[in-house]
Amino acid sequence: MKEVLMIHDDQLRQLFRREQAKMTSVLFRHFSLQHMEVAEDMVSETFLKATESWRITGIPENPEAWLYVVAKNKAKDYLKRVLLFESRVKEQLDSSDFQPAAEPEFDQQTIADSQLAMIFTVCDPVNPQEAQICLALQILCGFSISEIAAAFLTKTETIKKRLLRARNKLRGEGFQINQLPAPALTLRLDTVLRTLYLLFNEGYFSGSGKQLIRKELCSEAMRLTLLLVENPQTSTDQCNALLALMCFQSSRFEARINNIGENVLFEQQDTDLWNKELIEQGNYYLVNACSGNDVSKYHLEAGIAYWHTVPDAGNKWKNVLQLYNQLLLLEYAPITALNRTFTFSRVYGKEQAIIEAEKLGLHELVSYHTLLGYLYSDIEISQAIKHYQKAIKLTSSSIEKSLLAKELEKLNTKTNEK
Amino acid sequence: MKEFVLIFRSSSNGHAAPTPEQLQERVNWLASIAAQNKLADKGKALSAKLAKTVKPDGIITDGPYTEIKEFINGFVFVRTETIEEAIVFAQSNPILKAGGNVEVRAILTPGEKDQ
Repeated sequence: MKEVLMIHDDQLRQLFRREQAKMTSVLFRHFSLQHMEVAEDMVSETFLKATESWRITGIPENPEAWLYVVAKNKAKDYLKRVLLFESRVKEQLDSSDFQPAAEPEFDQQTIADSQLAMIFTVCDPVNPQEAQICLALQILCGFSISEIAAAFLTKTETIKKRLLRARNKLRGEGFQINQLPAPALTLRLDTVLRTLYLLFNEGYFSGSGKQLIRKELCSEAMRLTLLLVENPQTSTDQCNALLALMCFQSSRFEARINNIGENVLFEQQDTDLWNKELIEQGNYYLVNACSGNDVSKYHLEAGIAYWHTVPDAGNKWKNVLQLYNQLLLLEYAPITALNRTFTFSRVYGKEQAIIEAEKLGLHELVSYHTLLGYLYSDIEISQAIKHYQKAIKLTSSSIEKSLLAKELEKLNTKTNEK
Repeated sequence: MKEFVLIFRSSSNGHAAPTPEQLQERVNWLASIAAQNKLADKGKALSAKLAKTVKPDGIITDGPYTEIKEFINGFVFVRTETIEEAIVFAQSNPILKAGGNVEVRAILTPGEKDQ
């Protein structure tokens, strides 16, 4: 009984989160960023009212519509008060700074437009990347401060401060979110895509954090990217490539983690658990991403992710290696260098790959030693053991530690058998 | 860290009809440097077909190689601590197998005296 209630609560929490985010975007855009708090008060009052009355009456048949009606009334009341104030107190003054034309609308189009505008606002380069991600989670995804802190494994106090600073900066910029000129849009699209990419990766790759929150980070990143893809002004090749990448990656979300929460290596994943529908969507967006000659890192990463969804017909790893090569030439990242070397071993064998791997010099990284441990395991067990031991020493994740200990155990048994 | 340019010379045009294997080998070489975060700039490949040498007195000759047998095929910039490290990269380039050679030159920073 308790469990049913919990699922129900989770659904309600997700509904609240989603609708809160939509409403916030619409109201922020409507009342301008200078009046953020007014809009946020309206949103929280609306949801407070929903919690109170739904507890008694149950959830209405169309909860979204219910919420919009309440929010609209709150906005109406507020406007009435402001108008009253304006006419009585500021009669003689020229008060043109705050005159929202009408009350906000909550139709599909307005919501989509507002959220799109909000994505661009949140990704203002005045704020550092991590602050942009926090803002996105709060304003666009409706995450609470404690949820954001949980996702980043940071103290709530830190997140609170980060958000406060970021919001003040946004306000200071006075960015007009209702009319974003086309050139500014194109310029900022890069930042927007990077933020969404990092948001997704945070959910997909972070070794810790609750599975549910991680999944929500991924699906939120996808929802926002889809908003960009559905708008002709922002649906660039890169944007489509990013969405394709997200589809391919999340198609393996279930297969990646077993029922006790451990990561399942790609090779050992049950391919029946891969989400075929997401793979097909990935293919669709990847084709759309190739309308021009633009080859971005999202294209290359989506290409790599695509190859991981198909069986090996002999040329798979060669193709993946080429994509990793290109990716490295575009942008160096230690993880790309390591993945490239793993792929290299698939094409040219482990011995050749060891030579490549040892040139990387990433001695401080857990995955560097895991890779070398793997490469040495059939060639020189004592070296493999050394690297796995080093990896265990370096990792701070208990899940990874136990996974590595298992590998080490296997190698030790092998040595003893000899 | 210092920057070096690797200049590839050979007496045959490696860009005329490279096989997929050759291309793969070249990209692998380049990516291996990139994987060590030591690629400063992937440089350029140079044509031997659309090429002229301009000399004083209005003399223009075809190709870069009227007097020298070898011509430059391309160049790549690397970032290493020492020239020895850059030499190691040069030594693993596939052009050596094809009878070509690689010249390794330090890049002078603006104002730096070459002495």
